[in-house]
Amino acid sequence: MTTPDSAAGEPVVDSALAADHGLTGEEFGGLCELLGRSPTWTELGIASALYSEHCSYKSSKIHLRRFPTRSRRVVHGPGENAGVVDIGHGWVAAFKMESHNHPSFIEPYQGAATGVGGILRDVFTMGARPIACLDSLRFGEIDGERGARMRHLVDGVVRGIGDYGNCVGIPTVGGETGFHPSYNGNILVNAFALGVCREDGIFTATASGAGNPILYAGSRTGRDGIHGATMASEAFDAESEAKRPTVQVGDPFTEKVLLEASLEAMRSGVVLGVQDMGAAGLTSSCFEMAARGGAGAELDLDLVPLREASLTPYEIMLSESQERMVFVTRRGQEEAVTRILSRWGLEASKIGRVTDSGRARLTFRGRTVADMPVEPLVDGAPVYDRPAAPPADLRERQRVVDCDTPEDPLRALRDLLGTPELGDKTWIHRQYDSTVRSNTIVGPGSDAAVLRLKGTPSALALTSDVNPSYCWLEPRMGGRQAVAEAVRNLATVGAEPVGMTNCLNFGSPENPGIAWQLRECIEGMAEACRAFDVPVISGNVSLYNETEGEAVHPTPTVAIVGVIDRLEDVGAEGDLHLVLGCGFWRPGDRVVLLGSDAGEYGGSAYQRLLHGVEAGRPPAVDLEAEAALCALLRQSRRAGWLSGCHDLADGGLLLALAECAMVRGIGLRAAVDCGPLALFSEGQARAIVTVPVGRTEDLLAAAEAGGVAAREVGDVGGDRLVLDFDGGAVDGAVDELRRVWREALPRAVG
Amino acid sequence: MKCGIVVFPGSNCDHDVYHVLSHVLEQEATFLWHQGTSLEGCELVVLPGGFSYGDYLRAGSMAAHSPIMAAVRRHAEAGGRVLGICNGFQMLLETGLLPGAMRRNRDLRFLSVDVHLRVERDDLAWCSNYRRGDVLRMPVAHAEGNYVDTEGALDELERRGQVVFRYVDAAGRREPAANLNGSERAIAGICNAGGNVLGLMPHPERCAEEMLGNRDGLGLLAGAVAVGGRVGALAAAGG
Repeated sequence: MTTPDSAAGEPVVDSALAADHGLTGEEFGGLCELLGRSPTWTELGIASALYSEHCSYKSSKIHLRRFPTRSRRVVHGPGENAGVVDIGHGWVAAFKMESHNHPSFIEPYQGAATGVGGILRDVFTMGARPIACLDSLRFGEIDGERGARMRHLVDGVVRGIGDYGNCVGIPTVGGETGFHPSYNGNILVNAFALGVCREDGIFTATASGAGNPILYAGSRTGRDGIHGATMASEAFDAESEAKRPTVQVGDPFTEKVLLEASLEAMRSGVVLGVQDMGAAGLTSSCFEMAARGGAGAELDLDLVPLREASLTPYEIMLSESQERMVFVTRRGQEEAVTRILSRWGLEASKIGRVTDSGRARLTFRGRTVADMPVEPLVDGAPVYDRPAAPPADLRERQRVVDCDTPEDPLRALRDLLGTPELGDKTWIHRQYDSTVRSNTIVGPGSDAAVLRLKGTPSALALTSDVNPSYCWLEPRMGGRQAVAEAVRNLATVGAEPVGMTNCLNFGSPENPGIAWQLRECIEGMAEACRAFDVPVISGNVSLYNETEGEAVHPTPTVAIVGVIDRLEDVGAEGDLHLVLGCGFWRPGDRVVLLGSDAGEYGGSAYQRLLHGVEAGRPPAVDLEAEAALCALLRQSRRAGWLSGCHDLADGGLLLALAECAMVRGIGLRAAVDCGPLALFSEGQARAIVTVPVGRTEDLLAAAEAGGVAAREVGDVGGDRLVLDFDGGAVDGAVDELRRVWREALPRAVG
Repeated sequence: MKCGIVVFPGSNCDHDVYHVLSHVLEQEATFLWHQGTSLEGCELVVLPGGFSYGDYLRAGSMAAHSPIMAAVRRHAEAGGRVLGICNGFQMLLETGLLPGAMRRNRDLRFLSVDVHLRVERDDLAWCSNYRRGDVLRMPVAHAEGNYVDTEGALDELERRGQVVFRYVDAAGRREPAANLNGSERAIAGICNAGGNVLGLMPHPERCAEEMLGNRDGLGLLAGAVAVGGRVGALAAAGG
């Protein structure tokens, strides 16, 4: 152990300076005790990054333990750069979702772009080739004068995601986009990526073997993004605009060559461990790799490639410059990796070596600038059990408000279709390449995206879901619903869920009401995960999404991946993209409604978007009913009975039928035995399926055997949406509805 | 036919083209590195889509100066087949193997959507599986696909019959609304005077398998490698 020196010009570290770095008095005291002295300036920077909420999960760790993380398919659960599950036929899938909320609000284009870059690196760092992205986005109000800034954010985020993913050549195949005033001061940008590789091709971010070299690869280190992780762990205030320099700048071209070079290097047989430099840059990659390997590290910061020579050790360790990786190779074989990198036009530099000291020792210009124990800083970061209590206004929120029965349900439908929330999202999707890599069977705009897995008879299905209004009204039910809806979306294409990732977006956990929301949402999600036997294999927590005390709605975004074992089975009724994608396509098919409804309006689109009310209890999620419905859907898919399927979600039955009709402009004639209000109920565990006439009996018998209510309600055909209900009928031209639906978003974003 | 797919830093449709040539059309296919100087005996050279060199400066401009391009040029000038798809088309324009240039799309946004193309020539090997007037559906995915040239050069291009594919509506009509990127004369793909060099913005390799719901592009790649036996099968399938 060496006692590091402070250099001339470096600030003297005291508790006030530590507080500026976001460390509490207690945390600073603990740090001094751990080191046996006061930290240097560089050490303070390192510790503050590792102790930040973003890196340490200190406020959420205690709750995250509630998630089930194991199954027979799980290869790597939480704790790696991405979780890994077995998807059969000798293949595994690595996936994760991560937030880039704070930077995207400050600088939408770069914030969103680097969010995609970061999540792609998390996946290919595992040795998996990325094959798909999803993006879950939440914006505030975009209408009128007040929405001007929000429209700028929508435009920037969409361009940022598109320009990055398109250039790297990874298709963006789905996601969701929502609008709600609770995001006026904090937008959410959650990026998901999935990669695949052979089961023996997985790498972990582990530094092991004393004396093995540590290689730095990719872009040079600059001043961008310094303290990004800390910024992402704070609420916004009037000063936040000044934090623009903490937003990183992305270069997707470098990412693409880094991806190819890294995968090639990993296949070369000399790489032992890999880690990208994401949040907290070189600090987290070096400390986390060493901690996983139970090792230490010595880094000579003079060898780190810099954009400008004047960077200090503090800045070098905390820079979040993008498109950088760390490799640990076998001793004496670093040349092999350097050669591969240089063939792809990338710089590589040996910056240090693995040690068995359990400490990280950093030197710069001949002096030791940091000497810290690794494991206690990484795994021993503080864990808080923050006080949690229901928000004071919870009763007020949950007060049941009677919804007016719509006088003209067709008009209500048209009004819903004309909102940016429920309008067609093609304006966004067509800015993303969704077909590159030529695997996309079903792309954006359906319940679940479907990608074939080349060389196997199977396919992967992906979806991301959450209803923030439900979560705000009753977090536990909202958490359950997010998982249930995702599992249901996968079931619509016949896919068995194999693993889940999530992004938990909340306000400040120091507010007991928010801490309660976090705990309750997680509990609800965990209940559903157990019920559906879906392990959580990776995830991310984004707290402090609030501005001047106004928090976002609790938004635990869920992404679940499913497997369709044999595509051949599900395509009996026609082309796979028709059968598996959303939308009527064959006149004459019977329409069958599955599931039953008790009339659920709390937090519904009808209540929120047409009546400006957000109150009551969200729809009850009966996990057994959901499981029965999903089992029936998967069975029907395997048997090849279905020509189409769409789950009932936001907006209810009438909206779901309209969506199916609008995709290809093919209508239906149907009748249901409920009143007009129930057409907008958001009762869960429901779906509409289409079946050829000769198949209805099989389906109805299977439904009865599975305990799922099933009713034939009508037939596909014509160019009108005709639905008889108790006491009236909806009868509208599909083309007209489609026009309203398609124009909603382009008009709103101007 | 031995097929070479050139890999530039930033190419991202190289594997997709390889997949169709090798696994669907069962041709001998190989990747050619951009710094190489030999085409290794390939009869068909494909410049694939992607963002070579990040599209920095202009799409395709840096790739046009890669060492391999000298060999591609010699191959083209000797009558060998060269196919440029999307970014590969942009490279062919930058090298001058095809005339004209690309601007940003009309609405200045990336465009990822299925378009309809009308086949304007069926006397070329590329189009041997199509008939003149056929309407094909293919995906496009680009930010710079707005084809432009001088009026005189466009007239010359038309007169020589070098326009091979045009953006049309589903019924095969030239409509401004169907020309989404704003290309002059709705041009989606052109060939050189000899007909052996073809560039197009849409991606035939992404619509060459039934599983993906669209085989309209298979005919073009099958024509490129002149797999005679498949012509009938494709026509029967409505290719």
